[in-house]
Amino acid sequence: MRKTFGFHGGIHPPENKHQSVRTPIADAGIPPQLIIPLSQHIGTPAGVVVTIGEHVLKGQVIAEAQGFVSVPKHAPTSGTIHAIEDRLIAHPSGHLAPCIVIVPDGKDEWIECVGTPHYETLDKVELINLIRHAGVAGMGGAGFPSSVKLSVKAGTHIETLIINGTECEPYITADDVLMRERADQIIEGAKILRYIIGPQETLIGVEDNKPEGIAALRAAAQGSGIEVVDFPTKYPSGGEKQLIEILTGKQVPSGGLPSQVGVVCQNIGSTVAIYDAVVHGRPLISRVTTVTGNAVREPQNFQALIGTPMRYLLEKAGYQPEKNRRLIMGGPMMGFTVPDIDVPIVKTTNCLLAPTEAELPTPPPAQACIRCGMCAEACPASLLPQQLFWFAQGKEFEKLEHHNLFDCIECGACSYACPSNIPLVQYYRASKAEILQLRRDHEKAEASRIRFESRQQRLEQAEAEKEAKRAARKKAAEQRAQATGGDAGEDPIQAAIARAQAKKAAQGTGDGDESELEKLEKAVVSAQKRLDTATTKLEEAKAAGSDFVEALQTGVDKTRAKLAAAEQALGVYQQSHQPEAAVEDKPPVDAAAAAIEKAMAKRQAEAAQSPAEKARADLEKLQKRLQKTQETLIQSKANGDEEKVIIALESTVVRLTEKINAAQQTLQAAEDA
Amino acid sequence: MALMRLTSPHAHGPMSTQRVMQYVLLATVPGIVVLTHFFGFGTLVNILWGCLVALACESLALKLRGRPLGFYLKDCSALVTAFLLCIALPPYSPWWLIAVGIASSILLAKQLYGGLGYNPFNPAMAGYVILLISFPVQMTTWAPPLGTAGELPGLWEALQACFTPGLYDGVTMATPLDVLKQNNSLLIDDLWQQNPQFGTFAGLGWEWANLAFLAGGAWLLYKRIFTWHAPVAMLASLSLLAAIFYDGGSSASGGSPLFHLFSGATMFGAFFIVTDPVTSAVSLRGRLIYGALIGVLVYIIRVRGNYPDAVAFAVLIMNFAAPFIDYYTQPRTYGHSDKRGEK
Ligand code: SF4
Ligand code: SF4
Repeated sequence: MRKTFGFHGGIHPPENKHQSVRTPIADAGIPPQLIIPLSQHIGTPAGVVVTIGEHVLKGQVIAEAQGFVSVPKHAPTSGTIHAIEDRLIAHPSGHLAPCIVIVPDGKDEWIECVGTPHYETLDKVELINLIRHAGVAGMGGAGFPSSVKLSVKAGTHIETLIINGTECEPYITADDVLMRERADQIIEGAKILRYIIGPQETLIGVEDNKPEGIAALRAAAQGSGIEVVDFPTKYPSGGEKQLIEILTGKQVPSGGLPSQVGVVCQNIGSTVAIYDAVVHGRPLISRVTTVTGNAVREPQNFQALIGTPMRYLLEKAGYQPEKNRRLIMGGPMMGFTVPDIDVPIVKTTNCLLAPTEAELPTPPPAQACIRCGMCAEACPASLLPQQLFWFAQGKEFEKLEHHNLFDCIECGACSYACPSNIPLVQYYRASKAEILQLRRDHEKAEASRIRFESRQQRLEQAEAEKEAKRAARKKAAEQRAQATGGDAGEDPIQAAIARAQAKKAAQGTGDGDESELEKLEKAVVSAQKRLDTATTKLEEAKAAGSDFVEALQTGVDKTRAKLAAAEQALGVYQQSHQPEAAVEDKPPVDAAAAAIEKAMAKRQAEAAQSPAEKARADLEKLQKRLQKTQETLIQSKANGDEEKVIIALESTVVRLTEKINAAQQTLQAAEDA
Repeated sequence: MALMRLTSPHAHGPMSTQRVMQYVLLATVPGIVVLTHFFGFGTLVNILWGCLVALACESLALKLRGRPLGFYLKDCSALVTAFLLCIALPPYSPWWLIAVGIASSILLAKQLYGGLGYNPFNPAMAGYVILLISFPVQMTTWAPPLGTAGELPGLWEALQACFTPGLYDGVTMATPLDVLKQNNSLLIDDLWQQNPQFGTFAGLGWEWANLAFLAGGAWLLYKRIFTWHAPVAMLASLSLLAAIFYDGGSSASGGSPLFHLFSGATMFGAFFIVTDPVTSAVSLRGRLIYGALIGVLVYIIRVRGNYPDAVAFAVLIMNFAAPFIDYYTQPRTYGHSDKRGEK
């Protein structure tokens, strides 16, 4: 027996699982209409590739994935595209969302599916791609695309692959029946995952309230090296972080990902879907959904097509609408109420719970918090929910963050335990949303402040530079007039001397170039920093299954682009300033001598070239550089990059233009000569 | 029919605040029975009258604050305050003393701060201390226990004592803690023999009352109404100090650990006062510290202070400190390497 670890807190709500496991998984059949939301999970919505009236086959792609955190959608059965329009979907917000509506033709005709029973013939990347193209996403919780979870950053060492068969929420038995009836497929799927990830050990974690499932899995796992680990039932042991702690004793760092402690998790449903995708080449178009609660006469599990309206499933289970006032998608602890019974089931619909009022009574009004601490005892994240509640009421956001509000997984254990019936989680959700909003506002304000300040600085600097250059030019002209008696441009060496001197003079007045370099470097560093924070935030949000992942993802992408732009700007700058920088490194007195030396060397090397040719070559080089910088500039403007980067790029353009002017003059002079 | 929209969780546990309070009330019963057995009906009359006053005060305050009566009265918190204060008061206290105490508890210490959950001080103990400071004589006379001064007063006499205090002339006797404090020449053993108030290992009657409150507290622990941390820490620190300063029972001895554990309001305080969730520290570590410091204060005030018992003062002082304790004992959140903020 493997040693398991406990986790802090947890509760033991009535399980209510027996009702729905009395019969085997039933095929729900084909409903009269299928509604497939384009965005079924966190991440970018898929892009439609079918038109209204088009006939599609079962398994045909109807919407392509867009972006990394996205998977394609497939037709769950053959039929005609009836509409592409906004429909009500199952989402806590109760908003309308774009959907593809299919009217089935009843033939249930598959496209050609090519399975790869010998998956070892493919490499990992190919397999991950295959899984992605099959549209496999997490089938419980946030519905994160499985392919993303499997694409572990190179160099991350994964010790443990965990298949999450915990299913700790009351009422839900979708994974349980899969374990009982399709243990072989789960084990096969786990083997595929093991092949992709290459962990030291592969574990399937199951709560000990599913003895049949455990037995079936153990039998199927014989000789596979996959270990089925059972542990005492306690909610929420199925939370990813909790399960990792139970099985490995390790805690995922706050805001981090399981891979940071060498763990990758997948749930049972996804594992079966991966098996289907790889071995049979079938996309994820249906799932097992528990339909339960006392308002249905025959609670049971259905194999239902994605897009099946909930009404259809409920009626198959003997729905008694008069007894049901709230319909919950998911379990009683973390599920959310759906706005209408005609919304479709999606990849994450593991359960439809139709309780009667007696079963899950409407919560009575909240009483005062008596600080009894029962919530803290129940909290799996070791938070102090009563303190969080106190601060949330007073909108003390700093204290909330200080008390680690963002480590709350919204499991609901605290609200369950609270004798005063305080809807604690509701307060936390609202506070989290408010804090995130404030952060965004703050960032915006900060950005515009920086923009203003740097614009101010830029203007001043430009003014100073101009002044310095003017003075230098004047001085140089005078000197030149003295030295050559008006024979300027004839001898490049003389010109170089003059230029160097002018430069020296310019240096005396304003150190424009150096601060420019610093500025660019700073821009790169700060962009890097921002990217880091944005990435952490994103990971945090992903881990918490937050609704903001999408927004954060865009943020990260943008910041990454900005970083690239800043780096490029720096590169461009360094390139264009290399020789001068080298000169500047030496004491200014030597600058003139060095310039002379350089110019002489150049003249020797380019002896074959006429001065005019050389000047032309220089000019061309400069023009090319200008063009490149301008492109970058346009690009970053289009990206809506930060002002700092744009300013840096702009000043590079200005300087290059100046240089080109100078070069043109030189060329003119050379040609004239 | 439109479906109802509610946020998760949809399920709720069996516990309710009302039930928590009722459990606490129930758990005081053994202690009350023992007190009544040894000291007569005084405590019972205290409680009956106290409850009436408490409900009246609570209703009045709610009315003034424009809150629905039924909803707030049913949380039973006023009754708990009344029970706790009336158990702590000397039996056969006059009606006005009880009324002033309850009114101070409910109106000043609780409702003025915003009602249940918002009070920084334990209402019962605040009321007790107000009485102790205002009416030291009435507050420090305790009835003699069974078997020391003839017959115990009956129910009728108890009612008389309460409602016509001028006509009632009861016998009083110093409590064992008093006797010990006044002692400056006798060895503990001699003290024990010369004073009828002492029993087997602590005060006569008191030892049983303490045992009964301990039993009630153990039941509440078993019912998970509170955690063991604060009471155990308090009892532990009290016994530790008593053991250190016992010095074998000389005339300067502070009394044995056993004596301290089973005298005065020790067990009652540990399980019914220190465990008051509203005014104690919230985290488990915080409760350990909170309880331990109360134990220390109880010992110091008992042995060195001017008042016979010390639970009320010790608790009020620590009520002050509870927010600071909370601040420094925030538990380590999942995925964090230390207590606060930083990851
Ligand atoms: S469980 Fe409820 S009443 Fe008790 S401390 Fe927590 S929030 Fe307050
Ligand atoms: S919802 Fe948050 S605060 Fe409440 S128990 Fe779960 S993790 Fe803790």
